[in-house]
Amino acid sequence: MLKAMIGRKSEKTKNVIERGAVKKFAEALGDASPLFTDEEAGKRSGYGRNIAPVTFPVTFDGGSIPGLDLPDKGLIHGEQKYEYARPLFIGEEVYCWMEVKDYYEKAGNFGRMGFLIVVLYGEADSGELLFSEERVIIINEAARKEMER
Amino acid sequence: MTAMAQMEIGEALPVIRLQPVSRLDLIRYAGASGDFNSIHTIDEEAENAGLPGIIAHGMWTMGNLAKLFTPYLGEGFIRRYSIRFKGMVFLGDVVSLTATLEEKRSDGMVFAVEAVNQDGRKVLAGDLVFSVEG
Repeated sequence: MLKAMIGRKSEKTKNVIERGAVKKFAEALGDASPLFTDEEAGKRSGYGRNIAPVTFPVTFDGGSIPGLDLPDKGLIHGEQKYEYARPLFIGEEVYCWMEVKDYYEKAGNFGRMGFLIVVLYGEADSGELLFSEERVIIINEAARKEMER
Repeated sequence: MTAMAQMEIGEALPVIRLQPVSRLDLIRYAGASGDFNSIHTIDEEAENAGLPGIIAHGMWTMGNLAKLFTPYLGEGFIRRYSIRFKGMVFLGDVVSLTATLEEKRSDGMVFAVEAVNQDGRKVLAGDLVFSVEG
C-alpha cells in the first residue's frame, strides 16, 4: 500500500518568506538574532539582507501528495535532515513540493513498524534548488494496519 | 567569541542550557511553526496517546540546537543539518545543547551536535556542516 507511494510527488506551491513569520518563528525558539529580525543588521551583513533560521522550512506549504493520507495518531518523528545551497532570504519566493522517497518496514519490540521518508524541496523562481528537508516518519503497527484497510 | 574558521578539531562551541521547558514555550512554537499536534500542548491528548504528559515538538528541540551556530551566521551558513530523535522532552526538563568540531572538509566544518536532558540522556543527536564563506 504505502510502498506504492514511492516516487509520488505533490504539485509545486509558492511560499513567500514573510518577515513577520520569521520573527515569530525565531522568537519562539529564543533565537531572535538581528540577522533574522533586524532590517538594518541584514543590510550590513554579508548577504545584504535578512535570512531565515535553518529549520524555518517546517512552516512551508509543500502541497499534498495524492493518495497519501497519514493518520493523526501513531506517528513518530524519527529523523530530520536539511541540505542547503545557501540560506533562505526574507522576502523571497520559494516554490516547494514534496516527494515520497522511500518506504520500508522493520520488525521491532513494538510490532512491525513502517518507515516513510518524505522530502520537501524548495527552489527559487529561477529554478535553482535552494534546500531539501528530509523527514523520517515512523508509523506504528496499529496506525499502519489502519492505513492498509 | 573566536571566529569559527579558527576552531580546532575536538573544540566545542559554548554550551547552551535552556530554561526548563514550559507549556508556553510549546504553545508559542505550535503557533509559529503551524504544528498543532495536540500531544504537544494538551494534557488529555498526550495521555490518550499513552504519554505521561505533553512532550516538546522534536522540531522545537532541533530548532533550539541550531542556536549554537547563530553567533557565527555572519561568517557563513548551515549547509547540512541532520538529526535523529532519540528521546522525549517533557515539561520542566532542562535541555543542554552542545556542538563539537569533528572534521574540517572542503564543503565546511563538521560538528557533532547533541541535546541532552537533566539526567544526561540524549534526546537528539546528529551532525551539522557549517560552511564558512568569504
